[in-house]
Amino acid sequence: MKRKGFLLAVFSALVVLLSGCSSLTVLNPKGPVAKTQSNVIIFSIIVMALVLLVVYVLYIYMLTKYRASKAAPDYEPPHEEGSKWLEITWIAIPVIIVAVLSVVTVRSTYAVETVPAGYEDQKPLVIYAASSNWKWHFSYPEEGIETVNYVNIPVNRPIEFRLYSYGPITSFWVPQLGGQKYAMSDMVTKLNLVAEHPGSFMGKNSNFSGEGFAHMEFEVYATSAKEFEEWIDEVKTTASDLTEEKFQSLLDADHVGRETFTSTHLEFSPAPEGEHAGHNHGGSDEESTEMDHSEMDHSEMDHSEMEHSEHTHE
Amino acid sequence: MKWDEFFVTGEPMIYGAMVSIVVATLAILIGLTYFKKWGYLWREWLTTVDHKRIGIMYIISALLMLFRGGVDGLLMRGQLAKPENGLLDAQHYNEIFTTHGVVMILFMAMPFVIGLMNVVIPLQIGARDVAFPRLNAVSFWLFFAGAMLFNISFVIGGSPDAGWTAYFPLASIEFSPTVGNNYYSLSLQIAGIGTLMTGINFIVTILKMRAKGMTLMKMPMFTWSVLITCVIILFAFPVLTVALALMMFDRLFGSQFFTMANGGMDMLWANLFWVWGHPEVYIVILPAFGIYSEIISTFSRKNLYGYKSMVWSMIVISLLSFVVWAHHFYTMGHGAMVNGVFSITTMAIAVPTGVKIFNWLFTMHKGKIEFTTPMLYALAFIPIFTIGGVTGVMLAMASADYQYHNTMFLVAHFHYVLIPGTVFAVIAGFYYWFPKLFGFRLNERQGKLAFWTIAISFNVTFLPLFFLGLNGMTRRMYTYSESTGYGPLNLIASIGAVGLAIGFIILVYNIYWSFRYAPRDTTGDPWNARTLEWSTHSPVPEYNFAIEPTVTGLDPFWEAKKGGHQLYQGKFEEIHMPNNSGQPVILAILFFFWGFFMVFSWWTPAIISGIAILIMLAVRSFERDHGRHIPVKEIQETESRLRGEQV
Repeated sequence: MKRKGFLLAVFSALVVLLSGCSSLTVLNPKGPVAKTQSNVIIFSIIVMALVLLVVYVLYIYMLTKYRASKAAPDYEPPHEEGSKWLEITWIAIPVIIVAVLSVVTVRSTYAVETVPAGYEDQKPLVIYAASSNWKWHFSYPEEGIETVNYVNIPVNRPIEFRLYSYGPITSFWVPQLGGQKYAMSDMVTKLNLVAEHPGSFMGKNSNFSGEGFAHMEFEVYATSAKEFEEWIDEVKTTASDLTEEKFQSLLDADHVGRETFTSTHLEFSPAPEGEHAGHNHGGSDEESTEMDHSEMDHSEMDHSEMEHSEHTHE
Repeated sequence: MKWDEFFVTGEPMIYGAMVSIVVATLAILIGLTYFKKWGYLWREWLTTVDHKRIGIMYIISALLMLFRGGVDGLLMRGQLAKPENGLLDAQHYNEIFTTHGVVMILFMAMPFVIGLMNVVIPLQIGARDVAFPRLNAVSFWLFFAGAMLFNISFVIGGSPDAGWTAYFPLASIEFSPTVGNNYYSLSLQIAGIGTLMTGINFIVTILKMRAKGMTLMKMPMFTWSVLITCVIILFAFPVLTVALALMMFDRLFGSQFFTMANGGMDMLWANLFWVWGHPEVYIVILPAFGIYSEIISTFSRKNLYGYKSMVWSMIVISLLSFVVWAHHFYTMGHGAMVNGVFSITTMAIAVPTGVKIFNWLFTMHKGKIEFTTPMLYALAFIPIFTIGGVTGVMLAMASADYQYHNTMFLVAHFHYVLIPGTVFAVIAGFYYWFPKLFGFRLNERQGKLAFWTIAISFNVTFLPLFFLGLNGMTRRMYTYSESTGYGPLNLIASIGAVGLAIGFIILVYNIYWSFRYAPRDTTGDPWNARTLEWSTHSPVPEYNFAIEPTVTGLDPFWEAKKGGHQLYQGKFEEIHMPNNSGQPVILAILFFFWGFFMVFSWWTPAIISGIAILIMLAVRSFERDHGRHIPVKEIQETESRLRGEQV
């Protein structure tokens, strides 16, 4: 009876927890990448809850049945070497569980690393997101505009964020749109996101980067394609150009508010990709884009290409 | 350098710490002089090469560091208890979470585990000491020098503030210009050399010094776990040594291994750090598994279930521990293929770990379970650690990890692994082997009260962090705004932290009370246990065993008690023991000063102390010390005194 009551309690706790999930940011996705991740998380929670259940039932059984206070005073526990079949069971079943989870992991990892399904034939909107001290710079090279600490995107269009840093490693994270990725000073990493719902989403740096880290947030504002175009036009008429001096003063500042410009810093301070990457071999362009992701060989480094390092702050 | 740059100024809490350090040091010095204990301290402790005393010193240091790291943790929880709290500023908070991590892992968990190893291993395999007793003392004193060097950083020069992982370029001279991260590289280096030598020492001890008849597959499970741990140490620590040396070159001599400019690679540091850092997790968890195996078997009054698969699962875990390091930075952008491979290797660790959990459960099957304090910790470990384990599998799934990484979910996970895994284990081991060292048990009532306070408070502290993480709260944030909604769960966690503190205070009181009032144990075997260490007297004489034991199976003492086997065959003979030496402690003091001068780039004194270290090594090389022999008469006298006979 006691055991049944416990199981009931575990089950009802699980129901309450899972129904409460939708209020948690990560489990309240607003785009296909975060949706995939949320599904993987919920699936893994269910599988793991079953594992916990098996362990807990066995545990409670052993503890209630075999306590010394219940045994006869002269009871002598038997000598047991182990059981071949039991051991095969608790090796085989976890292997199967791990195999299932591995398939889910590999498939979903490929899915979230590429442009989400259904959006492959659209041309992605490229936005460079660079961190410096405790702020984020967003450059739209095709539109020729740049923002600081906020980023506007159109819904239902793939966005290719290209991430890098003017300092310590940071991590670009918009939980409701998808998981994070590091931004580093010597290479560009890519993060594909799509927003399927208009709205304002919290974005932040999640990797500790020094004193102002706790306040290193930005806002992602997803609007319809039409509103996005209108915003671009409005910026072009109201904002001013980003000069090299102005950009340097932004880099040097600890924190700044929101800023908007009608040109990008990429023209005079290119991102560390292609020939500007920190670890390229001076080879062809295809080779260097490959290297953005996985190049760990630092022989024959081309020091003359380290332009970005001139802009590091003190 | 001006004096106001040398000492940390402007922080009332740190002024308070300075005052209390000075007062405590004076009190110790005056006390030692007043009670004329300098000679005793030097002869019996500072120069000792006895594995039991070295073990005790390791454990006392670890308890002190537990206090230091615990205060750091309490301050962090205090700051996060409510939104926009003003207890700590950003810089102070950053220093505190950095030292909390370093102190708890390297100066609390490791030395506690190594302390128990020191106390138990020679006794458990029927040996009289470790293979290299002098080296063992050097290991301890180097660890102690490293720990002290690290701990003075917060009053002199400033603590490291780039996280216990010290990721570059944040930890480079460019972004962390204070001496804090110099302390990090040098103190970890000095302590790390000690750990590496411990690894070598215990491998040789276990392989070469086992009692007659104790084949590898008849070793107690704790001995097995320590052997495997030491092999991991041997392969993992050199990586840390290299990484820390490169870090030191970068920070002190202007090299560019990990910096932003001139082709330095920040991710090279991350890789090197975790190639050591992940096996390090198993260095502190495998001995814990060994401790639990001993305790669960003893208090179920049954042999360990599935002994062979327990051994093999640890061997598999140790191999896998070296091929999972990249799961600490899936988000570095190394593509789906690499992340997929590391996800699978990481999840694979769940299989051997699961084997161990089921074997422990089936050890209790048909047993006669007694709920003593050490057993309570072992029993609490199973359900709590399993939560840590299954959340580990969740974190191993790369696609989902992009959402957990760097969040409170991760913080909750590793506390759910390390606290029930390592901390509960060392406390359990402490309660379990305490009577062997001191000849009396710690009070059970107080022990159980401390246990329940700690176990419940632990869950109150860390369970809410899973939900905070899923709600987007990142780790290492010194503050958050009310609009985030993180307030209530953080408050619950902070209340839990206070409960943990109360639990540890009860534990310390328990030790104090038991020293004064607990009834003495005269049997040497208060728990009715199974392995060799319980077959000798408590407290253990310096030579451990008057006659070296002969073993025929697992649980030899249990067999002997059941009347099937004679452990001690033969008669007393002269015992060859090593001499005490003051060299290890002097060497460590020199290392301490060398490290301190290096931290501040004071080259002349650094070079002088470096040369002094080399001289010490040379002196040792030319020394002839063949140890001493304890005559049969003295052994006979000691033995009859320990049996309670009047001489």
